[in-house]
Amino acid sequence: MTRPVDEVEKLTPHESIIQLESCTVSFDGFKAMNNLTFYVEVGELRVVIGPNGAGKTTLIDVISGKVKPTHGRVIFAHDTDLSMLRDYEISNLGIGRKFQTPTTFEKHTVRENLELSLKGRRSVWSTLFSKLDAQDREKIDATLERVGLRDRAGWKAGLLSHGQKQWLEIGMLIMQDPKLLLLDEPVAGMSDEETAKTGDLIRSIAKDRSVMVVEHDMEFVRGLNSKVTVLHEGSILCEGSMDKVQNDPRVIEVYLGRDSAKGHA
Amino acid sequence: MQTPDASMLPLWRRLHSPQQWAFIACLSVLVIAVVPLLNSAVKPSSWFYLSDFQVTLFGKYLTYAILALGMDLLWGYTGILSLGQGVFFALGGYCMGMYLMLHIGLEGQYHNELPDFMVFLNWPKLPWYWPPFRNFGFATVASVAVPTSFAALFGFLAFRSRIRGVYLSIITQALTYALMLLFFLNELGLGGNNGLTDYKTVAGYRLKEMSTMRGLYVLSGIVLLLSYVACRWITRSKLGRVLEAIRDGENRVRFSGYSPLGFKLFVFVVAAGIAGIAGALYVPQVGIINPSRLDPAESIEVAIWVAVGGRGTLVGAILGSLVVNGLKSWLTNKYPASWLYVLGSVFVGVVMLLPDGLVSLPRRLMAAWVRFAPRAPEEPRILEPVPAAKEKELGA
Repeated sequence: MTRPVDEVEKLTPHESIIQLESCTVSFDGFKAMNNLTFYVEVGELRVVIGPNGAGKTTLIDVISGKVKPTHGRVIFAHDTDLSMLRDYEISNLGIGRKFQTPTTFEKHTVRENLELSLKGRRSVWSTLFSKLDAQDREKIDATLERVGLRDRAGWKAGLLSHGQKQWLEIGMLIMQDPKLLLLDEPVAGMSDEETAKTGDLIRSIAKDRSVMVVEHDMEFVRGLNSKVTVLHEGSILCEGSMDKVQNDPRVIEVYLGRDSAKGHA
Repeated sequence: MQTPDASMLPLWRRLHSPQQWAFIACLSVLVIAVVPLLNSAVKPSSWFYLSDFQVTLFGKYLTYAILALGMDLLWGYTGILSLGQGVFFALGGYCMGMYLMLHIGLEGQYHNELPDFMVFLNWPKLPWYWPPFRNFGFATVASVAVPTSFAALFGFLAFRSRIRGVYLSIITQALTYALMLLFFLNELGLGGNNGLTDYKTVAGYRLKEMSTMRGLYVLSGIVLLLSYVACRWITRSKLGRVLEAIRDGENRVRFSGYSPLGFKLFVFVVAAGIAGIAGALYVPQVGIINPSRLDPAESIEVAIWVAVGGRGTLVGAILGSLVVNGLKSWLTNKYPASWLYVLGSVFVGVVMLLPDGLVSLPRRLMAAWVRFAPRAPEEPRILEPVPAAKEKELGA
């Protein structure tokens, strides 16, 4: 189980941590992903944008194992084929995902949410006898601090605001210490202030791991200042810096000029 | 409310505070020791006297409470609504029943070494699976091993196929119905629709003697206490939090790297084992086990006990089983025709008015008091609880 993670450590810059090779996902004939070849480099922060139905969430589903590709391969690190693995196995390899709507354990406290996500053995017996050591507690406290929920540690997660739930879920992912983080619309429904805070958080997380962000909010994407992939109808339309992407005539056409115009304003 | 550093405490402190332990100890002594004494040491004319019938009845309630604990682990904590817990209760009961049958000896109606129903069916000898049950140890172990093995097999097939929610409820209900039909068959060698009954002795003690019945009552009380502590240990561990997480968001659990299969199987098997023990204690006290215990309605009632008492709290499961069964005994005696209407009304009433069960009643009354009571100048006590508890009260 740990082997592919070790391989991630061995990856040299510019090697890909995740690589989709001609992947197609077809739901009753509708191609949510169409012969997509896509890769994220190790240590990279990548943003994926695209109009509704472009296949952004499907991309995250395929990598995290929620959906299996109809055709094609999904390679993690050097040669681990994710399309053969179950969702929880993929998670244990070091791929964490955040859902579009914040998904936390609402009846557990914030601290317990983080404890459950703590990297470690996940068998029935090991959880029955599990005890937190000082190091674990430190990790939890550090994460609480990092996502700004220190004074909410004893709260039930269900009582948090929408933005705080988003942060908690990101915190849960940090606890898993993933090599690759998949964030599906991390600033959806957030205020401007919360969005700015989340941007800082994501940039700091991306310092020591690979992160892929799916987002709609163009201001936010611009702020992340990273390579952008534009998806359209399950395929890549265009890839590059935000400026390059926004001036691409195909992208403008797909977005009907709206978002790119807003971006320039 | 859990303190931030709960995991640093020794195990016994993690389960309960010293005050709670003291309360549990007092209550246990009251239930386990005082009730039998009120039967044996108090004159029948006294107001405090408990009749033989009442002690046996309470003993039966205690076995139901044990059964309810397992149900609560499954449903209240993990969100698996099994409507077939009667299966495991009956399997445990039949194992003990077979032992009891083999120790009737020549005292049966036909004065034969064979159980009466086999004589009646003209069977020449015991079927191959009967003789080991002559041994008390074997029967006791079997009353746990048979239900848990069966639960492991059934649970593995069901959970691996990701059957959950209402579908799991339906197949467990079908399971208990199918087993009921199976146990009706005389060919199974378990007494057909009459079941196993007319027991004389258990472990050398005569069941006619009230001292034996008091012993069984005390044993049921002790087993209930031990089951409670074991369940409490499970629910207070990280495992318990994973179980609740499966209930509240199985997807997040999977993408947090846990395979729900193992956890669901674990809790299903534990609940079956507890049900088996309860069944084994039930049979000698009630004096009969027959396929009616496998009627789906019996298993559904277990769910109602837990819902009435309070899902997701072990105390609620125990309380619910005692209250509903107490009510049942009283009503079926006084107004036999009304019982099912009352049971239905209680269930609907609790679901609509007290979704967290009877255990939430004090908290709700407090909240109502806070809201409607004439406001005192200062009420600092209400502001004290930790934020989670406070919010909950305000939301209620």
